Amino acid sequence: MRLELVKRGNPSKTLRFFSPLIGLALAVFTGAIMFAILGKNPLEALYVYFIEPLTELWSVHELLIKAAPLILMGAGLSICYLSNNWNIGAEGQFIMGALAGSIFPVLFTDMQGPIVLPLMLTFAIVGGALWAGIPALLKAKFNTNEILVSLMLVYVAELILDYLVRGPWRNPAGMNFPESVRFHQFARIPELMPADGRANWGFVIAILVAIALWVMLSRTLKGFEIKVLGTSPRAGRFAGFDAKKMVFFSFLIAGACAGLAGIIEVAGASGQLRPIISPGYGFTAIIVAFLGRLNPLGVIVAGLVLALTYLGGEAAQISLGLSDKVARVFQGALLLYILACDTLIHYRIRFVPTPKAQGSAADV
Amino acid sequence: MISTGPEPLLTLKGLTKSFGTFKANDAVDLEIFPGEIHALLGENGAGKSTFVKMLYGALQPDAGEMIWRGKAVTIPNPAYARQLGIGMVFQHFSLFEALTVAENVAVALPGDTPLKKVAADLEAVSREYGLPLKAGAHVHDLSVGERQRIEIVRCLLGHPDLVIMDEPTSVLTPQEVDDLFTVLRQLASEGKAILYISHKLEEVRALCERATILRQGKIVGTCIPREETAASIAKMMVGADIHQIRPSKARSQSAQPVLSIRGLSMDSREVFGTRLKDVNLDLYPGEIVGIAGIAGNGQSELFDVISGERLAGRPEQVMLFGHPAGHEDISARRARGAVFISEERLGHATVPTLSLSENVILTRYRVNPGLKSGLFLNRGLAKSLLGTIVEKLDVRKSAEDPAAQSLSGGNLQKFIIGREVLEDPKLIIVNQPTWGVDAGSAARIRQTLVDLAESGAAILVISQDLDELFEFTDRLAAIAEGQLSAFEPVAETNRNAIGLKMSGAFSGVPA
Repeated sequence: MRLELVKRGNPSKTLRFFSPLIGLALAVFTGAIMFAILGKNPLEALYVYFIEPLTELWSVHELLIKAAPLILMGAGLSICYLSNNWNIGAEGQFIMGALAGSIFPVLFTDMQGPIVLPLMLTFAIVGGALWAGIPALLKAKFNTNEILVSLMLVYVAELILDYLVRGPWRNPAGMNFPESVRFHQFARIPELMPADGRANWGFVIAILVAIALWVMLSRTLKGFEIKVLGTSPRAGRFAGFDAKKMVFFSFLIAGACAGLAGIIEVAGASGQLRPIISPGYGFTAIIVAFLGRLNPLGVIVAGLVLALTYLGGEAAQISLGLSDKVARVFQGALLLYILACDTLIHYRIRFVPTPKAQGSAADV
Repeated sequence: MISTGPEPLLTLKGLTKSFGTFKANDAVDLEIFPGEIHALLGENGAGKSTFVKMLYGALQPDAGEMIWRGKAVTIPNPAYARQLGIGMVFQHFSLFEALTVAENVAVALPGDTPLKKVAADLEAVSREYGLPLKAGAHVHDLSVGERQRIEIVRCLLGHPDLVIMDEPTSVLTPQEVDDLFTVLRQLASEGKAILYISHKLEEVRALCERATILRQGKIVGTCIPREETAASIAKMMVGADIHQIRPSKARSQSAQPVLSIRGLSMDSREVFGTRLKDVNLDLYPGEIVGIAGIAGNGQSELFDVISGERLAGRPEQVMLFGHPAGHEDISARRARGAVFISEERLGHATVPTLSLSENVILTRYRVNPGLKSGLFLNRGLAKSLLGTIVEKLDVRKSAEDPAAQSLSGGNLQKFIIGREVLEDPKLIIVNQPTWGVDAGSAARIRQTLVDLAESGAAILVISQDLDELFEFTDRLAAIAEGQLSAFEPVAETNRNAIGLKMSGAFSGVPA
């Protein structure tokens, strides 16, 4: 018995459109079963997880804080995935962007004034892009596998961050805690509505970047080139597009977005460097990209949804006493279901019986 | 048939295999007798590979019967084929370069045969058949001919009664070919049957007792090759329908060539591609020039280097409109007024999933300045260009602006031709213009090209279809194994002469 995927002649447009919603519904359903097995009332648990965080203003602010990096990185990764470049290392690019941007408040503490923040943003963008440039360079020059290289560079980035905050960048007045100095006021991203919650302008930046990337994808020749090279490299060459340049372009864009997300996180909500600055935003952004159909506008919605799973995870930890790993289960189930929906909408499964030998073999 | 005496070793009745709507094999019948060397002839794409894959258990037929030694059999996999006594030597070797000869043979044998025994058996077989091989030699040190010997010995160690040889000489030198033939004749004299797949006619005439000819998945004839000429077999392979010939035109000698290729030699991009060897050609305004050839003889390589998808070694090897253009990319060459129509319609000439209007942008964005304003695309213009194309070439489509993949082959090709000829190109390079296209669309496509030539464009047609080439070209040459023959006016040559050249029978290329 063998399984075969057979392409459907005419995949349903309606199903294709609703695929992410079906995936989401299945993930929620799976979550309910999981809560029941853990001995909680599923309805109550789902309420705590998905609804409660939206009932209070401060909590909505937290949602925006978590959504900003997810949207930024999800939009950047969409460019990569559309062009068939598999950047799995946004988490590392996020960290390196945060580190590059933090040079100013950490090492040049005397440098104060309105110039600091723009410099930090710029450095973060360049830092993230350069870190993403490594797998791009290796892929373009030596045909290495960008999935492995970009993923492994995540661990390198994490170790560099860990070393810096425990070593040379540790706050001298910080009682030996592994933390940098707290960023001064000129190095912080201003809050949107300080009266209601902590959300900062980072969220607005994320939305603007996503819209800009959407315009590029849908309206410009570059966006056309991305789609052509991603679906049909040979036709791309025929059109005169350069696949190698596209490797760099897509990785650098995604890296720049991730770097920007990194500095928004440390200069926004946290205000200092710690050994861990991201609860896996860079990996969750992969789910965001796919849930958003690799469309930067869809990514905005998807980023908010995934941000909610983080908040829900924290809420479940506090009010239900469940592990925060529950959030990871939701995210994983979500990605699995979306990919399964997409596959099954375009292909149907056929069981092929293994043909049995008939007749007699001459030389047996 | 000649089945008077012995019982056939293998009988195939009505073997059919389809891929989607494409019938690769359509009710193929064949009988193979012990001790005969039987040729299976056909152009590339005729269905030979599909056929032998079914014999060897690598593909399952949709319909039909296989009778082996008088009993109906189903062959689920190659291992079972080997058990029955069917061995195969593939065109492309499957050897581990880092392993020794004996180790390579051992991996194909069942389970736990000790390596020493393998080595001894191997050397015994290789002595018996005059196939010198050292069991301990590493494959990466061996020549192509020696590697093929490993494959043959590996096949013989299974004691097959039927040996399938898939284009075995495509990689061999003439000396190695002679040695191979000696081995094959010895095998046949021992009562083993050999199914010999090839499109090289002289070889088949020298070696095979019977030949079966496949064309477009169907058997179109059988013959005794020794009693035929290479030309008469070629005629069966490529089809012999007679069409009206467009009178060839005398070109004015004074005109400067639009395209000129000089001394172009090039390694192939892919491992099993074809090398181009010293290709020369001149193309003048107003003429249609044809290159005939069996697919896989360097046509796509030639197309790529003329289009600029691959750059020539030196700029002056490809002259476009008098400019050395060998180092220009495809967009720059388009900007000079050349257009390129490739053989592969989906995935090369078009992006299957994109709409037709987006596929207009694909090759025209550099040539038609209106398609781009600054960074932004002008999709409205693309849509109106699509309207012009659809009207001019009568493209039938299901929706206003459907995805390229939803069009039928003929309509897609009409769209592609229409897109490329929008701005009255001065040079048209087209590879297999009407392959797989219905007769009506094919006629329309040829008419469009003829009209363009009348108005002064130079057209190079690369095609497998001799009928087509004789119908509307002025001069013809053939390409075989990366070498291009000299061009002759169509009026002064004939289908048989070109068919012979297609099999490599012109100066310098061993047939």
